[in-house]
Amino acid sequence: MAAEISVDITKTFPGRAPIRARFLYAVEAATVLILFGPSGSGKTTILRSIAGLEWPEEGYIRFISRTWLDTASQIRVSPQERHIGYMAQDYALFPHYSVAGNIAYGLGEMSSAGKTARVDEMVELFQLRGFEHAKPHELSGGQQQRVALARAVAPRPQLLLLDEPLSALDAPTRLQLRGELRTLLRQLALPSIIVTHDWAEALTLGDIMAVVGEGRVLQVGTPQDVFSRPADAQVAKVVGVETIVQGTVVETRDGLATVRVGRVLLTAVASTEVGRDAFVCMRSEDVTLELGETKGTSARNHLPGKVSAISSLGALARITLDCGFPLTAVITRSAVHELELTVGSSVNAVFKAGSVHLIPRQ
Amino acid sequence: MNWTAIWVTFKLASLTAVALVIVGLPIAYWVTFSRRRWKFIVESIVALPLVLPPTVLGFYILVAIGPHSPFGQFYSEIVGHPLPFTFEGLLFASILYSLPFAVQPFAAAFDQVDRRLIEASWTLGVSKLKTFLKLIVPLSAAGVITGFVLSFAHTLGEFGVVLMVGGNIDGVTRTVSIDIYDEVQALNYAGAAKTAAFLLAISYLVLLLVYAMNRKVWAVWPQK
Repeated sequence: MAAEISVDITKTFPGRAPIRARFLYAVEAATVLILFGPSGSGKTTILRSIAGLEWPEEGYIRFISRTWLDTASQIRVSPQERHIGYMAQDYALFPHYSVAGNIAYGLGEMSSAGKTARVDEMVELFQLRGFEHAKPHELSGGQQQRVALARAVAPRPQLLLLDEPLSALDAPTRLQLRGELRTLLRQLALPSIIVTHDWAEALTLGDIMAVVGEGRVLQVGTPQDVFSRPADAQVAKVVGVETIVQGTVVETRDGLATVRVGRVLLTAVASTEVGRDAFVCMRSEDVTLELGETKGTSARNHLPGKVSAISSLGALARITLDCGFPLTAVITRSAVHELELTVGSSVNAVFKAGSVHLIPRQ
Repeated sequence: MNWTAIWVTFKLASLTAVALVIVGLPIAYWVTFSRRRWKFIVESIVALPLVLPPTVLGFYILVAIGPHSPFGQFYSEIVGHPLPFTFEGLLFASILYSLPFAVQPFAAAFDQVDRRLIEASWTLGVSKLKTFLKLIVPLSAAGVITGFVLSFAHTLGEFGVVLMVGGNIDGVTRTVSIDIYDEVQALNYAGAAKTAAFLLAISYLVLLLVYAMNRKVWAVWPQK
Protein backbone atom coordinates (compact mmCIF):
# COMPACT_ATOMS: atom_id res chain seq x y z
CA MET A 1 0.00 0.00 0.00
CA ALA A 2 1.35 3.39 -0.97
CA ALA A 3 2.04 5.76 1.91
CA GLU A 4 -0.44 8.39 0.91
CA ILE A 5 -3.67 10.08 1.76
CA SER A 6 -6.25 9.84 -0.92
CA VAL A 7 -9.28 12.04 -0.68
CA ASP A 8 -12.33 12.15 -2.90
CA ILE A 9 -15.26 13.76 -1.15
CA THR A 10 -18.44 15.70 -1.80
CA LYS A 11 -19.87 17.84 0.96
CA THR A 12 -22.81 20.20 0.61
CA PHE A 13 -23.83 22.96 2.98
CA PRO A 14 -27.33 24.35 2.48
CA GLY A 15 -27.33 27.42 0.23
CA ARG A 16 -23.77 26.98 -1.01
CA ALA A 17 -22.02 25.39 -3.95
CA PRO A 18 -21.02 21.79 -3.11
CA ILE A 19 -17.41 21.06 -2.21
CA ARG A 20 -15.97 18.32 -4.42
CA ALA A 21 -12.37 17.75 -3.47
CA ARG A 22 -10.11 15.12 -4.91
CA PHE A 23 -6.39 14.78 -4.32
CA LEU A 24 -3.53 12.46 -3.42
CA TYR A 25 -0.80 13.38 -0.96
CA ALA A 26 2.25 11.20 -0.59
CA VAL A 27 2.80 10.97 3.16
CA GLU A 28 6.42 11.25 4.14
CA ALA A 29 7.79 12.40 7.44
CA ALA A 30 8.29 16.17 7.47
CA THR A 31 6.40 16.73 4.23
CA VAL A 32 3.99 19.60 4.63
CA LEU A 33 0.97 19.85 2.34
CA ILE A 34 -0.59 23.28 2.04
CA LEU A 35 -4.29 23.64 1.23
CA PHE A 36 -4.29 27.12 -0.22
CA GLY A 37 -7.33 29.16 -1.12
CA PRO A 38 -9.42 32.22 -0.34
CA SER A 39 -11.90 32.15 2.52
CA GLY A 40 -15.05 30.26 1.60
CA SER A 41 -13.21 28.11 -0.92
CA GLY A 42 -13.84 24.96 1.10
CA LYS A 43 -10.30 24.29 2.32
CA THR A 44 -11.28 24.23 5.99
CA THR A 45 -14.12 21.81 5.24
CA ILE A 46 -11.65 19.49 3.50
CA LEU A 47 -9.35 19.62 6.55
CA ARG A 48 -12.25 19.03 8.97
CA SER A 49 -13.39 16.07 6.89
CA ILE A 50 -9.92 14.55 7.15
CA ALA A 51 -10.07 15.15 10.92
CA GLY A 52 -13.47 13.41 11.11
CA LEU A 53 -15.29 16.54 12.25
CA GLU A 54 -17.36 16.85 9.07
CA TRP A 55 -19.08 13.99 7.33
CA PRO A 56 -19.10 14.34 3.54
CA GLU A 57 -22.23 12.82 2.06
CA GLU A 58 -20.25 11.01 -0.60
CA GLY A 59 -16.73 9.79 -1.20
CA TYR A 60 -13.79 8.30 0.61
CA ILE A 61 -10.75 9.29 2.67
CA ARG A 62 -7.91 6.79 2.96
CA PHE A 63 -4.83 7.23 5.08
CA ILE A 64 -1.99 4.85 4.23
CA SER A 65 -3.60 1.41 4.66
CA ARG A 66 -6.66 2.55 6.62
CA THR A 67 -9.99 3.75 5.32
CA TRP A 68 -11.33 6.59 7.45
CA LEU A 69 -14.41 7.24 5.39
CA ASP A 70 -16.12 5.35 2.63
CA THR A 71 -19.74 6.22 2.08
CA ALA A 72 -20.16 3.35 -0.37
CA SER A 73 -19.34 0.74 2.28
CA GLN A 74 -20.64 2.73 5.28
CA ILE A 75 -17.22 3.15 6.90
CA ARG A 76 -17.05 6.13 9.24
CA VAL A 77 -14.06 6.20 11.56
CA SER A 78 -14.54 8.60 14.45
CA PRO A 79 -12.03 11.42 15.05
CA GLN A 80 -10.96 9.61 18.25
CA GLU A 81 -9.76 6.60 16.27
CA ARG A 82 -7.86 8.47 13.56
CA HIS A 83 -4.79 9.28 15.69
CA ILE A 84 -4.39 12.74 14.28
CA GLY A 85 -3.26 16.02 15.76
CA TYR A 86 -5.67 18.80 14.92
CA MET A 87 -5.26 22.49 15.68
CA ALA A 88 -8.21 24.80 15.13
CA GLN A 89 -7.83 28.38 13.93
CA ASP A 90 -8.49 29.87 17.40
CA TYR A 91 -6.51 27.08 19.16
CA ALA A 92 -9.51 25.93 21.29
CA LEU A 93 -7.44 25.59 24.46
CA PHE A 94 -9.33 24.22 27.45
CA PRO A 95 -9.83 27.27 29.70
CA HIS A 96 -10.12 25.26 32.93
CA TYR A 97 -6.85 23.37 32.44
CA SER A 98 -3.33 24.70 32.90
CA VAL A 99 -0.74 24.59 30.13
CA ALA A 100 0.48 21.23 31.45
CA GLY A 101 -3.12 20.03 31.82
CA ASN A 102 -3.90 20.96 28.23
CA ILE A 103 -0.81 19.14 26.94
CA ALA A 104 -1.55 16.06 29.06
CA TYR A 105 -5.25 15.99 28.07
CA GLY A 106 -4.85 13.58 25.16
CA LEU A 107 -2.40 11.25 26.95
CA GLY A 108 -5.23 9.22 28.50
CA GLU A 109 -3.80 5.71 28.40
CA MET A 110 -0.27 6.54 29.53
CA SER A 111 1.01 5.87 33.02
CA SER A 112 1.24 9.00 35.15
CA ALA A 113 5.06 8.90 35.03
CA GLY A 114 4.89 8.55 31.26
CA LYS A 115 2.52 11.49 31.07
CA THR A 116 4.77 13.71 33.18
CA ALA A 117 7.77 12.83 31.04
CA ARG A 118 5.91 13.49 27.79
CA VAL A 119 4.51 16.82 29.05
CA ASP A 120 8.00 17.83 30.14
CA GLU A 121 9.39 16.93 26.72
CA MET A 122 6.69 19.07 25.03
CA VAL A 123 7.25 21.99 27.42
CA GLU A 124 10.93 21.91 26.50
CA LEU A 125 10.40 21.59 22.75
CA PHE A 126 7.78 24.33 22.58
CA GLN A 127 9.65 26.69 24.94
CA LEU A 128 6.92 26.80 27.55
CA ARG A 129 9.18 26.34 30.56
CA GLY A 130 7.91 28.44 33.46
CA PHE A 131 4.34 28.54 32.11
CA GLU A 132 3.36 24.95 33.00
CA HIS A 133 0.86 26.10 35.61
CA ALA A 134 -0.49 29.15 33.77
CA LYS A 135 -4.06 29.11 32.46
CA PRO A 136 -4.54 29.74 28.71
CA HIS A 137 -6.01 33.23 29.21
CA GLU A 138 -2.78 34.33 30.92
CA LEU A 139 -0.68 33.59 27.82
CA SER A 140 0.20 35.69 24.78
CA GLY A 141 -1.15 34.73 21.37
CA GLY A 142 2.12 33.15 20.34
CA GLN A 143 2.33 31.11 23.55
CA GLN A 144 -1.27 29.94 23.12
CA GLN A 145 -0.39 28.77 19.64
CA ARG A 146 2.57 26.78 20.97
CA VAL A 147 0.42 25.18 23.69
CA ALA A 148 -2.19 24.21 21.10
CA LEU A 149 0.50 22.70 18.91
CA ALA A 150 2.12 20.91 21.88
CA ARG A 151 -1.28 19.50 22.88
CA ALA A 152 -1.93 18.24 19.34
CA VAL A 153 1.52 16.67 19.03
CA ALA A 154 1.85 15.15 22.53
CA PRO A 155 -0.13 11.93 21.83
CA ARG A 156 2.26 11.21 18.89
CA PRO A 157 -0.28 11.51 16.06
CA GLN A 158 0.31 9.97 12.63
CA LEU A 159 -0.78 13.13 10.87
CA LEU A 160 -0.89 16.77 11.89
CA LEU A 161 -3.71 19.03 10.66
CA LEU A 162 -3.40 22.79 11.19
CA ASP A 163 -6.20 25.19 10.29
CA GLU A 164 -4.82 28.70 9.63
CA PRO A 165 -2.17 28.23 12.35
CA LEU A 166 -1.02 31.86 12.32
CA SER A 167 -4.14 33.84 11.46
CA ALA A 168 -5.19 34.47 15.08
CA LEU A 169 -1.96 36.39 15.74
CA ASP A 170 -1.14 40.05 15.18
CA ALA A 171 1.02 40.86 12.15
CA PRO A 172 4.49 41.23 13.80
CA THR A 173 4.04 38.03 15.85
CA ARG A 174 2.80 36.19 12.78
CA LEU A 175 5.93 37.14 10.87
CA GLN A 176 8.18 35.93 13.65
CA LEU A 177 6.28 32.68 14.27
CA ARG A 178 6.15 31.75 10.60
CA GLY A 179 9.84 30.86 10.67
CA GLU A 180 9.59 29.23 14.09
CA LEU A 181 6.71 27.03 12.96
CA ARG A 182 8.71 25.83 9.97
CA THR A 183 11.60 24.87 12.25
CA LEU A 184 9.23 23.08 14.64
CA LEU A 185 7.55 21.15 11.82
CA ARG A 186 11.00 20.07 10.64
CA GLN A 187 11.91 18.89 14.15
CA LEU A 188 8.63 17.02 14.61
CA ALA A 189 9.08 15.22 11.28
CA LEU A 190 5.36 14.53 11.04
CA PRO A 191 3.37 14.55 7.83
CA SER A 192 1.25 17.69 8.07
CA ILE A 193 -1.57 19.40 6.24
CA ILE A 194 -1.87 23.14 6.74
CA VAL A 195 -4.77 25.31 5.61
CA THR A 196 -3.89 28.90 4.77
CA HIS A 197 -4.92 31.81 2.58
CA ASP A 198 -1.59 33.59 3.00
CA TRP A 199 0.88 32.99 0.18
CA ALA A 200 3.87 33.92 2.34
CA GLU A 201 2.82 31.20 4.82
CA ALA A 202 2.38 28.73 1.98
CA LEU A 203 5.89 29.46 0.71
CA THR A 204 7.52 29.35 4.13
CA LEU A 205 5.80 26.25 5.46
CA GLY A 206 4.89 24.12 2.48
CA ASP A 207 6.68 21.42 0.55
CA ILE A 208 3.72 20.75 -1.66
CA MET A 209 0.63 22.84 -2.23
CA ALA A 210 -2.92 22.19 -3.38
CA VAL A 211 -4.83 25.25 -4.59
CA VAL A 212 -8.49 25.13 -3.60
CA GLY A 213 -11.04 27.34 -5.32
CA GLU A 214 -14.82 27.08 -5.28
CA GLY A 215 -14.69 23.73 -3.50
CA ARG A 216 -12.33 22.06 -5.95
CA VAL A 217 -8.63 21.24 -5.91
CA LEU A 218 -7.39 23.17 -8.93
CA GLN A 219 -3.68 22.47 -8.99
CA VAL A 220 -1.11 20.52 -6.99
CA GLY A 221 2.63 21.19 -7.06
CA THR A 222 5.47 22.74 -5.10
CA PRO A 223 4.44 26.20 -3.84
CA GLN A 224 7.03 27.89 -6.04
CA ASP A 225 5.81 26.02 -9.11
CA VAL A 226 2.14 26.68 -8.47
CA PHE A 227 2.71 30.37 -7.79
CA SER A 228 4.98 30.97 -10.76
CA ARG A 229 3.22 28.65 -13.20
CA PRO A 230 -0.51 28.65 -12.41
CA ALA A 231 -2.23 26.00 -14.49
CA ASP A 232 -5.02 28.30 -15.62
CA ALA A 233 -6.60 31.71 -15.11
CA GLN A 234 -8.64 30.50 -12.11
CA VAL A 235 -5.52 29.37 -10.24
CA ALA A 236 -3.75 32.60 -11.20
CA LYS A 237 -6.67 34.54 -9.72
CA VAL A 238 -6.57 32.50 -6.51
CA VAL A 239 -2.82 32.68 -5.96
CA GLY A 240 -2.38 36.33 -7.03
CA VAL A 241 1.43 36.21 -6.96
CA GLU A 242 3.03 34.94 -10.13
CA THR A 243 6.71 35.67 -10.05
CA ILE A 244 8.61 33.65 -7.51
CA VAL A 245 12.32 33.04 -7.91
CA GLN A 246 15.08 32.02 -5.55
CA GLY A 247 17.66 34.58 -4.65
CA THR A 248 20.34 35.46 -2.12
CA VAL A 249 20.52 38.65 -0.11
CA VAL A 250 23.90 40.24 -0.92
CA GLU A 251 23.62 43.61 0.79
CA THR A 252 21.35 45.51 3.15
CA ARG A 253 21.44 49.25 3.73
CA ASP A 254 18.91 51.76 5.10
CA GLY A 255 16.11 49.18 5.17
CA LEU A 256 16.71 48.18 1.56
CA ALA A 257 18.07 44.80 0.58
CA THR A 258 19.89 43.94 -2.61
CA VAL A 259 19.08 40.43 -3.79
CA ARG A 260 20.90 38.51 -6.44
CA VAL A 261 18.75 36.36 -8.69
CA GLY A 262 20.99 34.59 -11.14
CA ARG A 263 23.02 37.42 -12.68
CA VAL A 264 20.44 40.09 -11.92
CA LEU A 265 20.40 42.37 -8.88
CA LEU A 266 17.06 43.51 -7.41
CA THR A 267 16.25 46.05 -4.72
CA ALA A 268 13.64 45.16 -2.11
CA VAL A 269 12.30 46.88 1.01
CA ALA A 270 13.41 44.37 3.65
CA SER A 271 15.89 44.03 6.45
CA THR A 272 16.98 40.44 6.02
CA GLU A 273 20.46 39.25 7.01
CA VAL A 274 23.07 39.24 4.27
CA GLY A 275 23.70 35.75 2.93
CA ARG A 276 20.16 34.50 3.55
CA ASP A 277 18.43 32.56 0.80
CA ALA A 278 14.97 33.85 0.09
CA PHE A 279 12.08 33.55 -2.28
CA VAL A 280 11.70 36.75 -4.26
CA CYS A 281 8.02 37.35 -4.99
CA MET A 282 6.30 39.89 -7.18
CA ARG A 283 2.68 40.40 -8.11
CA SER A 284 2.22 40.62 -11.84
CA GLU A 285 0.02 43.70 -11.41
CA ASP A 286 2.94 45.60 -9.85
CA VAL A 287 5.22 45.22 -12.87
CA THR A 288 5.14 48.01 -15.49
CA LEU A 289 6.55 47.56 -19.00
CA GLU A 290 8.34 50.36 -20.85
CA LEU A 291 10.00 50.74 -24.24
CA GLY A 292 13.52 52.17 -24.08
CA GLU A 293 15.21 53.72 -21.09
CA THR A 294 13.17 56.23 -19.04
CA LYS A 295 14.89 59.07 -17.28
CA GLY A 296 13.88 59.93 -13.74
CA THR A 297 11.57 57.43 -12.05
CA SER A 298 11.00 56.55 -8.44
CA ALA A 299 10.95 52.83 -9.19
CA ARG A 300 14.20 51.18 -8.06
CA ASN A 301 14.17 48.19 -10.38
CA HIS A 302 14.67 48.40 -14.16
CA LEU A 303 15.26 45.11 -15.92
CA PRO A 304 15.74 44.75 -19.65
CA GLY A 305 14.13 41.61 -21.02
CA LYS A 306 12.61 39.83 -23.97
CA VAL A 307 8.95 38.82 -24.21
CA SER A 308 8.78 35.03 -24.16
CA ALA A 309 4.99 34.54 -24.04
CA ILE A 310 1.76 36.53 -24.23
CA SER A 311 -1.57 35.13 -23.07
CA SER A 312 -4.93 36.82 -23.02
CA LEU A 313 -6.94 37.31 -19.82
CA GLY A 314 -9.93 39.14 -21.32
CA ALA A 315 -9.29 42.87 -21.07
CA LEU A 316 -5.84 42.10 -19.67
CA ALA A 317 -2.89 40.19 -21.01
CA ARG A 318 -0.24 38.26 -19.15
CA ILE A 319 3.24 38.87 -20.50
CA THR A 320 6.07 36.57 -19.54
CA LEU A 321 9.50 38.13 -19.87
CA ASP A 322 12.92 36.61 -19.79
CA CYS A 323 15.15 39.02 -17.87
CA GLY A 324 17.64 36.46 -16.59
CA PHE A 325 14.72 34.79 -14.79
CA PRO A 326 11.08 34.47 -15.84
CA LEU A 327 9.06 37.52 -14.81
CA THR A 328 5.33 37.94 -15.34
CA ALA A 329 3.51 41.20 -15.85
CA VAL A 330 -0.20 41.76 -16.28
CA ILE A 331 -1.02 44.76 -18.47
CA THR A 332 -4.05 45.87 -20.48
CA ARG A 333 -4.58 44.60 -24.02
CA SER A 334 -4.52 48.16 -25.31
CA ALA A 335 -1.02 48.58 -23.81
CA VAL A 336 0.07 45.43 -25.67
CA HIS A 337 -1.08 47.01 -28.96
CA GLU A 338 0.42 50.42 -28.16
CA LEU A 339 3.82 48.99 -27.28
CA GLU A 340 3.50 46.59 -30.27
CA LEU A 341 4.54 43.68 -28.09
CA THR A 342 5.09 40.31 -29.70
CA VAL A 343 7.12 37.33 -28.64
CA GLY A 344 10.77 38.39 -28.94
CA SER A 345 10.18 42.14 -28.35
CA SER A 346 12.66 43.91 -26.09
CA VAL A 347 11.14 45.83 -23.17
CA ASN A 348 12.11 47.14 -19.75
CA ALA A 349 10.32 45.79 -16.71
CA VAL A 350 9.98 48.47 -14.05
CA PHE A 351 8.83 47.92 -10.47
CA LYS A 352 9.24 49.53 -7.08
CA ALA A 353 11.41 48.12 -4.31
CA GLY A 354 8.26 47.88 -2.19
CA SER A 355 6.70 45.46 -4.68
CA VAL A 356 9.50 42.94 -4.18
CA HIS A 357 8.64 40.63 -1.30
CA LEU A 358 11.34 38.54 0.29
CA ILE A 359 10.33 35.32 2.02
CA PRO A 360 13.37 33.92 3.83
CA ARG A 361 13.53 30.19 3.80
CA GLN A 362 15.93 27.76 5.40
CA MET B 1 -42.89 23.63 64.20
CA ASN B 2 -43.31 20.14 62.83
CA TRP B 3 -39.70 18.92 62.66
CA THR B 4 -40.76 15.56 61.30
CA ALA B 5 -42.37 17.25 58.28
CA ILE B 6 -39.26 19.41 57.82
CA TRP B 7 -37.05 16.31 57.91
CA VAL B 8 -39.23 14.50 55.37
CA THR B 9 -39.23 17.56 53.11
CA PHE B 10 -35.45 17.99 53.18
CA LYS B 11 -34.85 14.30 52.63
CA LEU B 12 -37.23 14.36 49.66
CA ALA B 13 -35.74 17.55 48.17
CA SER B 14 -32.12 16.37 48.55
CA LEU B 15 -32.76 12.93 47.06
CA THR B 16 -34.78 14.47 44.21
CA ALA B 17 -32.01 16.96 43.40
CA VAL B 18 -29.34 14.23 43.45
CA ALA B 19 -31.47 11.94 41.29
CA LEU B 20 -32.10 14.77 38.85
CA VAL B 21 -28.38 15.38 38.39
CA ILE B 22 -27.98 11.70 37.51
CA VAL B 23 -31.06 11.56 35.24
CA GLY B 24 -31.00 15.15 34.00
CA LEU B 25 -27.38 15.38 32.76
CA PRO B 26 -27.78 12.70 30.06
CA ILE B 27 -31.17 14.08 29.00
CA ALA B 28 -29.73 17.62 28.79
CA TYR B 29 -26.73 16.31 26.80
CA TRP B 30 -29.03 14.61 24.34
CA VAL B 31 -31.32 17.63 24.05
CA THR B 32 -28.33 19.95 23.44
CA PHE B 33 -26.23 17.88 21.06
CA SER B 34 -28.68 15.63 19.23
CA ARG B 35 -29.29 16.49 15.60
CA ARG B 36 -32.59 14.59 15.47
CA ARG B 37 -35.36 16.61 13.94
CA TRP B 38 -37.90 15.34 16.45
CA LYS B 39 -35.93 16.37 19.52
CA PHE B 40 -38.40 19.23 20.12
CA ILE B 41 -40.93 16.52 21.07
CA VAL B 42 -38.67 15.39 23.92
CA GLU B 43 -37.96 19.00 24.90
CA SER B 44 -41.71 19.69 25.16
CA ILE B 45 -42.31 16.60 27.27
CA VAL B 46 -39.49 17.61 29.64
CA ALA B 47 -41.02 21.10 29.94
CA LEU B 48 -44.60 19.84 30.56
CA PRO B 49 -44.43 19.99 34.39
CA LEU B 50 -43.82 23.75 34.06
CA VAL B 51 -47.35 24.35 32.78
CA LEU B 52 -49.35 21.33 33.94
CA PRO B 53 -51.39 21.76 37.15
CA PRO B 54 -49.65 19.61 39.81
CA THR B 55 -52.94 17.79 40.46
CA VAL B 56 -53.11 16.70 36.82
CA LEU B 57 -49.51 15.50 36.86
CA GLY B 58 -50.12 13.86 40.24
CA PHE B 59 -53.23 12.12 38.95
CA TYR B 60 -51.41 10.59 35.98
CA ILE B 61 -48.47 9.53 38.10
CA LEU B 62 -50.86 7.95 40.60
CA VAL B 63 -52.56 5.99 37.82
CA ALA B 64 -49.23 5.06 36.25
CA ILE B 65 -47.70 3.68 39.45
CA GLY B 66 -50.95 2.31 40.90
CA PRO B 67 -51.55 -1.42 41.42
CA HIS B 68 -53.60 -1.67 38.19
CA SER B 69 -50.82 -0.48 35.86
CA PRO B 70 -48.17 -2.88 34.52
CA PHE B 71 -45.41 -0.78 36.11
CA GLY B 72 -47.24 -0.71 39.47
CA GLN B 73 -47.78 -4.48 39.38
CA PHE B 74 -44.14 -5.08 38.46
CA TYR B 75 -42.99 -2.84 41.32
CA SER B 76 -45.30 -4.57 43.84
CA GLU B 77 -43.98 -7.97 42.82
CA ILE B 78 -40.34 -6.94 43.15
CA VAL B 79 -40.55 -4.86 46.31
CA GLY B 80 -43.52 -6.43 48.00
CA HIS B 81 -45.75 -3.37 48.44
CA PRO B 82 -47.38 -0.92 46.02
CA LEU B 83 -45.73 2.41 45.17
CA PRO B 84 -48.46 5.02 45.85
CA PHE B 85 -48.56 6.61 49.31
CA THR B 86 -44.97 5.65 50.09
CA PHE B 87 -41.85 7.83 50.27
CA GLU B 88 -40.41 6.10 47.17
CA GLY B 89 -43.58 6.85 45.21
CA LEU B 90 -43.36 10.47 46.30
CA LEU B 91 -39.69 10.62 45.28
CA PHE B 92 -40.54 9.22 41.84
CA ALA B 93 -43.26 11.84 41.39
CA SER B 94 -40.98 14.65 42.58
CA ILE B 95 -38.30 13.69 40.06
CA LEU B 96 -40.79 13.99 37.20
CA TYR B 97 -42.29 17.18 38.64
CA SER B 98 -38.91 18.96 38.93
CA LEU B 99 -37.39 17.55 35.73
CA PRO B 100 -37.47 20.84 33.74
CA PHE B 101 -35.93 22.73 36.66
CA ALA B 102 -32.83 20.56 36.30
CA VAL B 103 -32.71 19.80 32.57
CA GLN B 104 -33.23 23.35 31.33
CA PRO B 105 -30.33 24.99 33.24
CA PHE B 106 -28.10 22.00 32.36
CA ALA B 107 -28.97 22.26 28.67
CA ALA B 108 -28.55 26.05 28.63
CA ALA B 109 -25.07 25.69 30.16
CA PHE B 110 -24.05 22.89 27.76
CA ASP B 111 -25.16 25.06 24.87
CA GLN B 112 -22.68 27.75 25.98
CA VAL B 113 -19.71 25.38 25.76
CA ASP B 114 -17.69 26.18 22.63
CA ARG B 115 -18.13 23.31 20.13
CA ARG B 116 -14.53 23.74 19.02
CA LEU B 117 -13.35 22.72 22.50
CA ILE B 118 -15.43 19.55 22.23
CA GLU B 119 -14.03 18.85 18.77
CA ALA B 120 -10.48 19.43 20.04
CA SER B 121 -11.12 16.85 22.77
CA TRP B 122 -12.41 14.30 20.26
CA THR B 123 -9.41 14.73 17.96
CA LEU B 124 -7.16 14.11 20.99
CA GLY B 125 -8.67 10.64 21.15
CA VAL B 126 -10.90 11.31 24.16
CA SER B 127 -14.25 9.49 23.96
CA LYS B 128 -17.58 11.32 23.95
CA LEU B 129 -18.34 10.18 27.52
CA LYS B 130 -14.94 11.29 28.85
CA THR B 131 -15.24 14.58 26.95
CA PHE B 132 -18.58 15.08 28.69
CA LEU B 133 -17.08 14.42 32.12
CA LYS B 134 -13.71 16.17 31.67
CA LEU B 135 -14.81 19.13 29.61
CA ILE B 136 -18.53 19.78 29.23
CA VAL B 137 -19.62 19.27 32.85
CA PRO B 138 -16.74 21.27 34.42
CA LEU B 139 -17.28 24.13 31.97
CA SER B 140 -21.01 24.03 32.77
CA ALA B 141 -20.47 23.91 36.54
CA ALA B 142 -22.54 27.02 37.23
CA GLY B 143 -25.48 25.64 35.23
CA VAL B 144 -25.23 22.22 36.87
CA ILE B 145 -25.26 23.78 40.36
CA THR B 146 -28.16 26.05 39.35
CA GLY B 147 -30.16 23.04 38.13
CA PHE B 148 -29.39 21.14 41.33
CA VAL B 149 -30.39 24.03 43.60
CA LEU B 150 -33.51 24.92 41.61
CA SER B 151 -34.83 21.37 41.63
CA PHE B 152 -34.10 21.19 45.37
CA ALA B 153 -35.99 24.45 45.99
CA HIS B 154 -38.85 23.48 43.72
CA THR B 155 -39.32 20.16 45.54
CA LEU B 156 -39.33 21.97 48.91
CA GLY B 157 -42.49 23.80 47.95
CA GLU B 158 -44.42 21.12 46.10
CA PHE B 159 -47.99 20.56 47.25
CA GLY B 160 -50.39 19.23 44.66
CA VAL B 161 -48.30 16.30 43.55
CA VAL B 162 -47.52 15.33 47.17
CA LEU B 163 -51.19 15.38 48.02
CA MET B 164 -52.13 13.22 45.02
CA VAL B 165 -49.31 10.66 45.17
CA GLY B 166 -48.01 10.76 48.73
CA GLY B 167 -51.13 11.25 50.72
CA ASN B 168 -50.54 12.69 54.15
CA ILE B 169 -48.72 10.13 56.25
CA ASP B 170 -46.83 11.64 59.17
CA GLY B 171 -43.11 10.93 59.03
CA VAL B 172 -43.40 9.32 55.61
CA THR B 173 -45.04 11.61 53.10
CA ARG B 174 -46.26 14.62 55.08
CA THR B 175 -44.12 17.51 53.82
CA VAL B 176 -43.89 21.07 55.10
CA SER B 177 -46.41 22.51 52.63
CA ILE B 178 -48.99 19.85 53.57
CA ASP B 179 -48.30 20.50 57.24
CA ILE B 180 -48.99 24.21 56.79
CA TYR B 181 -52.24 23.42 55.02
CA ASP B 182 -53.25 21.09 57.88
CA GLU B 183 -52.44 23.75 60.47
CA VAL B 184 -54.59 26.32 58.66
CA GLN B 185 -57.44 23.80 58.32
CA ALA B 186 -57.17 23.29 62.10
CA LEU B 187 -57.20 27.10 62.55
CA ASN B 188 -53.74 26.93 64.16
CA TYR B 189 -52.48 30.10 62.46
CA ALA B 190 -49.51 30.56 64.81
CA GLY B 191 -48.11 27.11 63.95
CA ALA B 192 -48.70 27.68 60.22
CA ALA B 193 -46.98 31.08 60.37
CA LYS B 194 -43.81 29.66 61.95
CA THR B 195 -43.47 26.85 59.44
CA ALA B 196 -44.32 29.16 56.54
CA ALA B 197 -41.70 31.70 57.64
CA PHE B 198 -39.16 28.90 57.89
CA LEU B 199 -39.93 27.69 54.35
CA LEU B 200 -39.86 31.26 53.02
CA ALA B 201 -36.43 31.88 54.55
CA ILE B 202 -34.98 28.66 53.18
CA SER B 203 -36.41 29.19 49.70
CA TYR B 204 -35.15 32.75 49.59
CA LEU B 205 -31.65 31.69 50.67
CA VAL B 206 -31.57 29.05 47.99
CA LEU B 207 -32.59 31.51 45.28
CA LEU B 208 -30.04 34.04 46.56
CA LEU B 209 -27.44 31.38 45.98
CA VAL B 210 -28.60 30.71 42.43
CA TYR B 211 -28.75 34.33 41.37
CA ALA B 212 -25.45 35.22 43.03
CA MET B 213 -23.82 32.38 41.15
CA ASN B 214 -25.26 33.32 37.78
CA ARG B 215 -23.91 36.82 38.18
CA LYS B 216 -20.52 35.18 38.34
CA VAL B 217 -19.89 36.50 41.83
CA TRP B 218 -18.36 33.08 42.25
CA ALA B 219 -16.71 32.58 38.92
CA VAL B 220 -16.04 28.90 39.41
CA TRP B 221 -13.91 28.74 36.24
CA PRO B 222 -12.10 31.69 34.72
CA GLN B 223 -13.74 32.51 31.41
CA LYS B 224 -11.66 32.96 28.32
